[in-house]
Amino acid sequence: MTTLNVNGAVRTVDVPAEMPLLWILRDVLAMTGTKFGCGKGLCGACTIHIDGQPMRSCITPVAAADGKRITTIEGIGATPAGKRVQEAWLALDVPQCGYCQSGQIMSAAALLAGNPTPSDADIDGAMTGNICRCGTYLRIRAAIKRAAGPKHDDGARA
Amino acid sequence: MKNATPDMTNPMPGAAMPNDIVTSRRAFLRFAVSTAVGGGLVLGFGLPARGAVLDTFTADAPFAPNAFLRIDRAGKVTFVMPVIEMGQGTYTSLPMLIAEELEVDVDTVAIEHSPPDDEVYANPLIGIQITGGSTAVRGTYVPLRRAGATARVMLVTAAAQQWRVDASSCRAADGVVTHVPSGRKLGYGKLVDAAAKLPVPDDVPLKPPSEFKLIGTPHRRLDIGGKVNGSATFGIDTRLPGMQFAAIAISPALGGKLVGFDEAQAKAVPGVTQIVRLDDALAVVGAHTWAAKQGLAAANPRWDAGANGTLTTAAVVAQLKAASQRPGAVARRDGDADAAIAKSAQQVSAEYEQPFLAHATMEPMNCTVQVSDDGCDIWLGTQIPGQTQAAVMRLTGFAREQVRLHNHLLGGGFGRRLEYDGTVRAVQVAQHVKGPVQVIWSREDDIQNDMYRPYYYDRMNAGLDAHGNAVAWSHRVAGSSIMARYFPSTIKDGVDSDAVDGSADQPYAIDNVRVDWVAQEPLAVRTAFWRGVGPTRSTFVVESFVDELAAAAKRDSLAYRIALLDKSPRCKNVLQIAAERAGWGQPLAHGRGRGIALCIGFGSFIAQVVEVDVDRSGTVNVPRVWCVVDCGIYVNPDTIRAQMEGGIVFGLSAALYGQITIADGRVEQSNFHDYRVLRMNEAPQIDVYLVKSAEAPGGIGEPGTSCVMPALTNAIYAATGKRIRKLPVASQGEWT
Repeated sequence: MTTLNVNGAVRTVDVPAEMPLLWILRDVLAMTGTKFGCGKGLCGACTIHIDGQPMRSCITPVAAADGKRITTIEGIGATPAGKRVQEAWLALDVPQCGYCQSGQIMSAAALLAGNPTPSDADIDGAMTGNICRCGTYLRIRAAIKRAAGPKHDDGARA
Repeated sequence: MKNATPDMTNPMPGAAMPNDIVTSRRAFLRFAVSTAVGGGLVLGFGLPARGAVLDTFTADAPFAPNAFLRIDRAGKVTFVMPVIEMGQGTYTSLPMLIAEELEVDVDTVAIEHSPPDDEVYANPLIGIQITGGSTAVRGTYVPLRRAGATARVMLVTAAAQQWRVDASSCRAADGVVTHVPSGRKLGYGKLVDAAAKLPVPDDVPLKPPSEFKLIGTPHRRLDIGGKVNGSATFGIDTRLPGMQFAAIAISPALGGKLVGFDEAQAKAVPGVTQIVRLDDALAVVGAHTWAAKQGLAAANPRWDAGANGTLTTAAVVAQLKAASQRPGAVARRDGDADAAIAKSAQQVSAEYEQPFLAHATMEPMNCTVQVSDDGCDIWLGTQIPGQTQAAVMRLTGFAREQVRLHNHLLGGGFGRRLEYDGTVRAVQVAQHVKGPVQVIWSREDDIQNDMYRPYYYDRMNAGLDAHGNAVAWSHRVAGSSIMARYFPSTIKDGVDSDAVDGSADQPYAIDNVRVDWVAQEPLAVRTAFWRGVGPTRSTFVVESFVDELAAAAKRDSLAYRIALLDKSPRCKNVLQIAAERAGWGQPLAHGRGRGIALCIGFGSFIAQVVEVDVDRSGTVNVPRVWCVVDCGIYVNPDTIRAQMEGGIVFGLSAALYGQITIADGRVEQSNFHDYRVLRMNEAPQIDVYLVKSAEAPGGIGEPGTSCVMPALTNAIYAATGKRIRKLPVASQGEWT
C-alpha cells in the first residue's frame, strides 16, 4: 500500500511503484480533472504539482511522490497563485474545448508561484510544454499577465 | 446535404452480457449530477454564476413546449443543445439565441447535451443531428429564437389569462411576466402548469434586431466554470461503479490483421483481467489503464500487414497525380477556358499538393460502454449522436431505445468525432466484457489509426492578356471524396460539392473559368472531414494561384485581387480593411514579408494578412496575423474572435508542420514529437476585426483555419521569392 498526500488529503492506494500518478489520480482515485493527452510527457495535459513543482504525471511514477505533496487542478484554487490564475482564465474566457486547460493552469500557477512577474520569455519557457489544439495561446499569455497583477497585464482584454 | 446514411462498418452482433444496468445507471446519474452541478455553479471563490453544463438528459419539467427548452416550477430554465460543444462556443451563442426571445438570464440556465435523435435535433442545414460545417449559428439562428419566443408567448398568455387582462398589456423580462398597468408580477415557474395546457402557437413574431439585448454583444462563455477547476466532464472522464479499463492496439499496418499475441504474458501482469481479440485489434482489460497498457505491451501483438504492407506516400501520390491528368466532372464552366488560355499573351501553370493530416484532438479517442441483455449504454463525445446510435444498432441488433448514448463535452473535434469507428470498436470490445469498460486509445493509436484529411493534388492553368489581366482560369481538383462515403446522395453529375467548395465558387471575375473534379480514393488510407473541409483545401490553391498571377503580371497582389472583385463588395471590403490594418505596402526588414488571402466559405467572408520572418536557415516565424471577418449578423463577437485566434493557430500548425506520411504500409508519425503542432512560443499576435453587417449569419468555426494557410505561404513568397506549392512548409527541404 502506498500513502499519498493529494490536495492535503491522505489517500492510500494499492498500486505498483512504477505506476504513473496520472492513472492513479484518474482511474484509482477518480480525480479526472488531470488529463491524459500523450503518455510521453510531450503535451502537458497531465501536469500536476509535486511539492509545488510542475510535473508531467503521465511519466511520473508514484514512488516519486513518496512523502511529498501532490496538488492537482481540483486543489490548485486553494493556492494564491492558482486562485488568481483560475480567475484570470475566467475573466478572459481562455478555454475553448477545455481539455488541455487543467494542465495549462497547473503550469501557469507554478510559474507565478515561483516568479510573480514573468516576462514573455519566462511565459514561453514555462508554457511551451503545454499544447493547446484549439489555439488559446494568446489568451493564456494575456491571462498569466492579468494574474500577475495590473502592472503586468498588457491590457489585451479587459 | 440530406438523407445521409454513413455506413462504415459491417454489423457484427456479439454476445450481450447480463448486468444490473439499472443500479449502475442510477449510481452514474448521482455521480454525474453531483460533479457537474457542483463544478458548474459553485466555483468556490465567489465569482458570478455562469451556465452549468449537465451531462445527464432530464425530461421531467412540466413546461417543455419544444425540444430545446424546459422550465420547472421553481423557474429553473434548462436548454437542450442540438449541437455539441467542442470548443467552438456554441454552448454560449445558442443559449443566447433562446434567452434573447425567452427573456431569461442566460447566465443562470442549465445546459444539457441532446440525446441521439436525427429528427428532433436535426441540423437544419444538413438534415441529421450533426455538429460540423460551421453550421450551428447559421442553422439555428431562426429556429432557436423561435423556440424561445414561442415559450415566452405561452407564458405571457398564461399570466394574462390568470389576471384576466389582455396579453398585450403584459411584458416578459428576466424570467418574470409583468402586467404593466397594475405592476402585478408572476415568475415563469408559477406559470408553467398553465402554460403547458395552452396550444403551441405557430409563427410567433421575433424581435427586430434593434431590440436585441444579447445578440451582438460580447458575452462570457457559459461552459468554462468546470473547465478551469477540473470538474468539466469529457467522455474520457466517465467513471462508473465496477468500471474496468481497456487499452487497445489497432493494426499499425493500414488494413492489417492481428495474427498472434502472448496471452500468458499479458495475463501475468497484475491487474489484467481479460483479453479481447478482434480481427484487426487487440484489447487488454484491467483494473486501471496502467495495468491494461502494461498487459498490452506484454501481449506483444503481431500483425499481418496484408496487401498494403509495402505502401508508401509516394505510391499514393503517384496514383493521385496520374488521376489528376484525366478530365474530371465539371463543377463550373464559364466561357471556354482552354481556348482562351491557348491564345492568351501569357500562360501560367502550377500544381499544388496538400498532405494527409491527422486531427490530433487533445482528448484521445475513447469510449465507455456497458453492454447488458437489455441493451447498451455508451458514454462518449460525438459530433453525430444519431448516426452513432444507428451504427451501434446495426452492430448489436438492439432496438433504438436499447442503445442509450450519453454525450459529453468534446476535448476537440475538428472532424474526428464525425466518425463512429471508435465507438463501434469500443462496443465490439464491451460485448465480451462483464460490466462497464472504458476503451482508451494511446496517442500513438490515435494518430496512426485516424481517418485522415485526404491528400489533394490540384492543377492550375491561367491565361493573362497583354496587360497581365486574367482572362482564363482552369482548376482541376483531384482527391478522395468524403462526401461519396458520408453523404452519397449529394453527389450530382459526378461532382463532390465539398471537394470543389471554394474552387467552383471562387469569387474573382474572370471571363473563362473551368473547374473540374477527379475522385481518386487513396490505397488503404481512410479519409474524413477535417477543420475547414473543402474550403481549407480550395482556399490554399485559389489564393496561392491568384498570388502567382499577380506576380506574373508584376502587380501588387492586393491590388490585383481588388481589381477582380468589383462584383463582390464583401470580399473587397474585408481585403481592404485587412490591408489597411496590417500596413500593407509599408517597407519591412530584410527576411520579412506580408502575404494576403481571402476566404469565402461557410457563408462568411474573411481576409487575413500574415507577416513572416524567415531566417537564413529557412526557419519561418510568424510574428503577426491580421484577420478581418464579415460573417453577417453575429451573435457573440468574442466567440468569433476566439474562433479566429484558434483557427489561425490550427491552420498554421498544419501549414508549417502537418503531414501524415506512410512507409511500409504504416503511418510514420506517432505522437506530438513527430506530428508537430504550434506551441506557445510560436503563436503569433493576432488582430481580429469584425465587420458590422445585417446580412444572414455565416459560420466561423472553420474559415479562420482555411484562410491562414495561403496567407502564410504568400508571405513566405514575399519574404524570400520561394513559392510554396506543396504543404507543409517544413517539407520543402533546403530552400533559402
